[in-house]
Amino acid sequence: MDIYLVEALLNGLLLGGVLALLALGLNLIFGVIDVVWIAYAELVMCGMYVVYWLYGYYHWPLALAAVLAVLGVAFLGLLVHQLIIAPILGSPAINQLLATGGLLFFLQSFATLLFGTDFRNIGLRLPILEIADMSISFARLIAFGVAVLGAGALYVFLSKSFLGTAIRAIGQDREIVGLMGVDQRRIYLVTSAIGGALAGLAACLLVLQYDVHPFIGLSFGPITFMICVLGGLGNMIGGFAAAFIMSEIISIGGFYFSQEIGEVLAFVVFIALIFVRPQGIFGRS
Amino acid sequence: MLEIDNLSAAYGSFQALFGITLRVDAGEAVGVIGPNGAGKTTLMRVISGLLPGRAGKLAFEGRSLDRVPAYRVVARGIAHVPENRRLFPKLTVEENLRIGAYMPQARKHFAERLGWVYELFPRLAERRNQLAGTMSGGEQQMCAIARALMSKPKLLLLDEPSAGLAPLVVQQVFDLVRKIRSEGFTVLIVEQNVQQLLELIDRAYLLEVGRIKLSGMAAELKANPFVRQAYLGL
Repeated sequence: MDIYLVEALLNGLLLGGVLALLALGLNLIFGVIDVVWIAYAELVMCGMYVVYWLYGYYHWPLALAAVLAVLGVAFLGLLVHQLIIAPILGSPAINQLLATGGLLFFLQSFATLLFGTDFRNIGLRLPILEIADMSISFARLIAFGVAVLGAGALYVFLSKSFLGTAIRAIGQDREIVGLMGVDQRRIYLVTSAIGGALAGLAACLLVLQYDVHPFIGLSFGPITFMICVLGGLGNMIGGFAAAFIMSEIISIGGFYFSQEIGEVLAFVVFIALIFVRPQGIFGRS
Repeated sequence: MLEIDNLSAAYGSFQALFGITLRVDAGEAVGVIGPNGAGKTTLMRVISGLLPGRAGKLAFEGRSLDRVPAYRVVARGIAHVPENRRLFPKLTVEENLRIGAYMPQARKHFAERLGWVYELFPRLAERRNQLAGTMSGGEQQMCAIARALMSKPKLLLLDEPSAGLAPLVVQQVFDLVRKIRSEGFTVLIVEQNVQQLLELIDRAYLLEVGRIKLSGMAAELKANPFVRQAYLGL
């Protein structure tokens, strides 16, 4: 097998880790609260700016900047729920889409106003690993490792803890969880904070590989939504798997043609699959 | 223990309960019988806080339950086994039981309670890792009752535990309820299956179109000509 094809496959796998993390966050919020945060990738953008300013500009330790980015975006998630979602919870889905869509433009414009449209780099150069003629970006390797660890931690939390079990139960019967002492409002807030924290974690990993600018969210927002729909909206395991399917298509398409063609290919595959299975490849009817 | 005085409730403009007065004392098993649409389930929903009462008094152990949300009512010691069981179908049996012990004071004793519930219902121990939605109706009812017991309630509300079950399984469910009684739980139970119910309980209320029509000891109701004709088919 062509060693460069192996390299492309490996790079696809590494790219998939971060996308899987984003898909998990979006699916968690959809599955629990039944809303789609259109501005999810813009929360990632905010987290990337936190790391940029704290580490890249003020030279705080990277680990501290990363922790503050995760906590900061988790808090932002709380605010999104409390200020935007909670008041319109019972209203039609289209209103919720419009509200979080509005947040997307607000965050983009606000970032433009504060920071301008410059591309900013945190100025950390991580080495490229050379293994058997393949070049593997160390930043991507770290991103993949941390993303998988984060997803694993989320899995353990959701399957083993009381709070995690309640979070999984609430989407199955919103009324009856109250009879077990579960306060729905509190679960929604916790879920929003976890969704925010996942976006913050993804931000820390992406800022190692990409420059931050106000429109960076557009680079992975749409692909994240495609992944979630492909995996079956709200289906966390489906979304996790779909992330790797999409990232491999992009990566292999990039190997045979070009990066752009790879992304076009991903969209074509997405549209074709949605025609065949509108509920997503892992969704149930 | 539970005191309800002149309680009314409504869904929007549709009034479902009119001036209900009812009492459950500690250690008692009390039944509520009546035809479909009489308001039996509504009464249970008002007690557990799923539906706010519109007027009247509702108190448990001397403290008002008026406008107390459901998630706080269970902390007071009232567990509600809802109509149609309402398990979390995509969670395992044990995860359903874990949710039952969600409250802080129940969490601390989770392992101990789980052991006790499995001892009471060995069938659930065998099925602990099975998805709740894939079990038979009788097993699901067992799991729903066990889930309610995980919170260590003082009062157990059972809404139509035998509904939709095969006759043989109905018998098993009544045996379950008898077992729970013998464990010393106070029970308020709604049932269509009047004949079997009257064998099980101490007292009963007859609810018709949102009003209490009759009440008395189980033996009195069994002997009542109206109940015999309308509900026992004798």
